Amino acid sequence: MKNDIILCGVGGQGILSIAAVIGLAAVENRLFLKQSEVHGMSQRGGDVQSHFRLSDNHVYSDIIPYGQADLIISVEPMESLRYLPWLSKKGWLVTNSNPFNNIPDYPPLDEILTEIRKIKNNIILDADATAKEAGSVRAGNIVILGAASPFIEMSFSSLENAIRKLFTRKGEEIVEVNLKALRAGKSFVNQ
Amino acid sequence: MKNRLLLGDEAIAQAAIDAGLSGMYAYPGTPSTEIMEYIQLSGVAAGRNIHREWSANEKTAMEAALGMSYAGKRAMVAMKHVGLNVAADGFINAAITGVNGGLIVVSADDPSMHSSQNEQDSRFYGKFALVPCFEPSDQQEAYDMVFDAFELSEKYKTPVLLRITTRLAHSRAGIIMKEHPEPEKKLKLPSDPLQFVLLPAIARKKYKALLTSYESLKYDARISKYNSFNDAKKRDIGIITCGIAYNYLMENIGSSSKNYPVLKITAYPFPTDLIRDITARCSEILILEEGYPIIEESLRGFLDDGKKIHGRLNGAVPRDGELNPALVAKALGMQVSTGGKVPVVVRNRPPSFCKGCGHADMFTALLEAVKPYGPGHVFSDIGCYTLGALPPYNAIISCVDMGASITMAIGAADAGLFPSIAVIGDSTFTHSGMTGLLDAVTNNSPITIIISDNSTTGMTGGQKSKATGRIEQICAGIGVEREHIKVIVPLRKNHEENVCILKEEFEYKGVSIVIASRECIQTAIRRKKAEASNE
Repeated sequence: MKNDIILCGVGGQGILSIAAVIGLAAVENRLFLKQSEVHGMSQRGGDVQSHFRLSDNHVYSDIIPYGQADLIISVEPMESLRYLPWLSKKGWLVTNSNPFNNIPDYPPLDEILTEIRKIKNNIILDADATAKEAGSVRAGNIVILGAASPFIEMSFSSLENAIRKLFTRKGEEIVEVNLKALRAGKSFVNQ
Repeated sequence: MKNRLLLGDEAIAQAAIDAGLSGMYAYPGTPSTEIMEYIQLSGVAAGRNIHREWSANEKTAMEAALGMSYAGKRAMVAMKHVGLNVAADGFINAAITGVNGGLIVVSADDPSMHSSQNEQDSRFYGKFALVPCFEPSDQQEAYDMVFDAFELSEKYKTPVLLRITTRLAHSRAGIIMKEHPEPEKKLKLPSDPLQFVLLPAIARKKYKALLTSYESLKYDARISKYNSFNDAKKRDIGIITCGIAYNYLMENIGSSSKNYPVLKITAYPFPTDLIRDITARCSEILILEEGYPIIEESLRGFLDDGKKIHGRLNGAVPRDGELNPALVAKALGMQVSTGGKVPVVVRNRPPSFCKGCGHADMFTALLEAVKPYGPGHVFSDIGCYTLGALPPYNAIISCVDMGASITMAIGAADAGLFPSIAVIGDSTFTHSGMTGLLDAVTNNSPITIIISDNSTTGMTGGQKSKATGRIEQICAGIGVEREHIKVIVPLRKNHEENVCILKEEFEYKGVSIVIASRECIQTAIRRKKAEASNE
C-alpha cells in the first residue's frame, strides 16, 4: 500500500492541522510515513504545501515524485491547481471552493473552477459553509479532510480518533465540532 | 520501543536531550529554528534545567556552547547555514582549542534558498576547520548520529559538525527513541589549563596536533557504520550519494538496487579509501550531492582526465538547487514520471505582510517621507520587513546579511549619498546592528536608522527578541544623542505625524534613530490566546 498526498493552501489556513490528523492516524495504523512541510518566509500569506507519504513499507524520499500523488487536498481552489504536476492520472483532487484572495491579480473564480473540473476525479465543496453548519467557521480545513477521507487508505474511525487526540487539549466542545466537520465533509462526498 | 513522529530538527533535539545534553544554544534561522523550540517545550529539558535560552546571535551561541564544553558538559549549538558564517571565528578556532565536554554544531543548509540569501554548503566548513561532519540521510539517522557525534567529539576532543538540509529538517517521520536516556556529565575542567589559550606559540602546537588527529578521524570515517558500500554484479555505473541524496536514489532504484554499486556517505572527512574502491570497480561514476559538488570536485581534480564522472559539474545534475526524485531519475537515465501542467490561470502568490502588520504602516510613512529625494536611499536587512522590497512598496534597495543595513548606509553616506537610511528589525539590530551603530556614532555619520520594532523575531515564527524594551537604552548607551532617538507608533492614524518625524530626522546631519514600535500581529494573537487560556 502506498498513499501519496499533497496538502495545500495559503499560509495560515490550517493545512498543518490536517497534516497532524493524518499523521496521528498513520501512527495508530502503524504505517511508515514522511511528511514534509514549508516553514519560514512562505508562511506569510504565500502558497504553502505539505507532502504526505504513507506506506506499509519504508518511505525514502521526503518529497513525492511528479505524477505520483494519489490525492491533492486543498483548502483553496486556485492552490489546488498549482500542484497538478504531482497528481497521478488516476489521482483525486479535493478542494474548497472558497477563494483566499490576497493578491491583486486573483483570477475570476469560474475560470479556476473550470480548470478544476477538467481533472477527471475532482470534488469541489464549500467547506466554509459546511463548517459553519457544523458549528465553527474555523473547521473548514477538517471538512475538506472529511471530503478527502474516502481516498485516504486508512479507516475513517482512525481519523476520528486522531481528531480526538489532537483537539482534546482544547476541550470537548472543540472535539465535537471538528468530528462533526469531518463527518459532514465525508457525507458530502457520499451524497 | 518508544516511537514518536518528529521533524528532523525535533529528532536532533530529542536525541540531544536523550544523550545527556546540558546546554542548547542558538539564534533562530530557517530551517534550524525548531531544534531550540523543541527543547524549550520539552518537559524533560525543563526538569533537568537544560540551558535553553536564545542567544543574541550565532557567534555568541557558539562561544557559550564552547564555554559549557570547557566546563566538561555536553553542549549543542544550532543555526542556519549563513549563521555559521557569523559563528565561523569561534567554530574554526574551537577546532584548534578542541573541546572538553562533547560539542555538536548543527548547521541547517537551505539548498534552493527556500528562506535564505544563498545555498552555501556547510560541509566546506567541516573540511576548512578540520572538523568531522555527519550528514544524515533521514530523520532516524539524525537521531542516532547525535549520540555518536557526542562520543566522537569527546574521543577526539573536537567539535563535530552536524549538517542537515531543509527537506530533512522540516519533514516528519517516525523515530525509534532510546529507552534509557544518558545522564548529564558532571562539571569537570580540562586537564590542560592552557587548552583554550590560543597564543601563537600554543596555537602552533595545537594546530599540529589537530592535523595529526584529523588523520585518525579519516580512519574513523572509513570504518564508520554511516558510510556503507553495497556492491553489485553489474558495474557499468557506480553511484556515490551524500546525505539525503541517498533517499532520492533509493526512491528511484528501490527494488532494482542490486543493479548498482552504491557508496552511501554520511560521515566525513571523506572516506577516501571507499571512494577509491568504488571508482576502481566501476566503469563510470555518478555523484549525487545535496549541495555543492565537493566530492565531485575532489574526484575530478584539476586534470579531470580519469574515469568518466557524472554529477553537478558535467550537467548530469543541475549545478544549483536541491535534488529531487525527478532530477535523480534523469541523471540515472530513467524515465521521469510526470503529471499535468499548471494551468495558466494560476497566479503567483508571493509572501506578503500580514493584515495589520506594523512594518507595512512604517513603510507607507517612510515612502512618503523619502519621496522628495528620489529612489535609492533605503538600505535594509533580514526579516519580515525585507518584503518591503516587493510591490506595492518597492521601498528598499538591499538585503545582504544580518546588520548590513546600518553599515552599508554608513559607507554610502561616506560616499556622499544623502539621505542615507537604514531599516532594520529589533532582533536583527541586537544580532549584528549594534556594532555598526557604534561605528556610525564614532564617525558621526549622517544616517537615519529606522528600527522597525515588533518586539519579536517575527520571520522565524515569533521567538523572544533580545531587544524588547531595551532599544532606546541601547542606542543611548552606544552614544546616539537622546534628542535624536525618536519613538513612533506605526499606525495609519499616526501617519502624518510619523512622516513629519522621519523628514526631520532625514535632514539631521548626524546619527538619528527612529524606533517604529508596534507588536507583531502574529505574536499579539498568540499572546492574547495564551493569556486567555491562563485566565
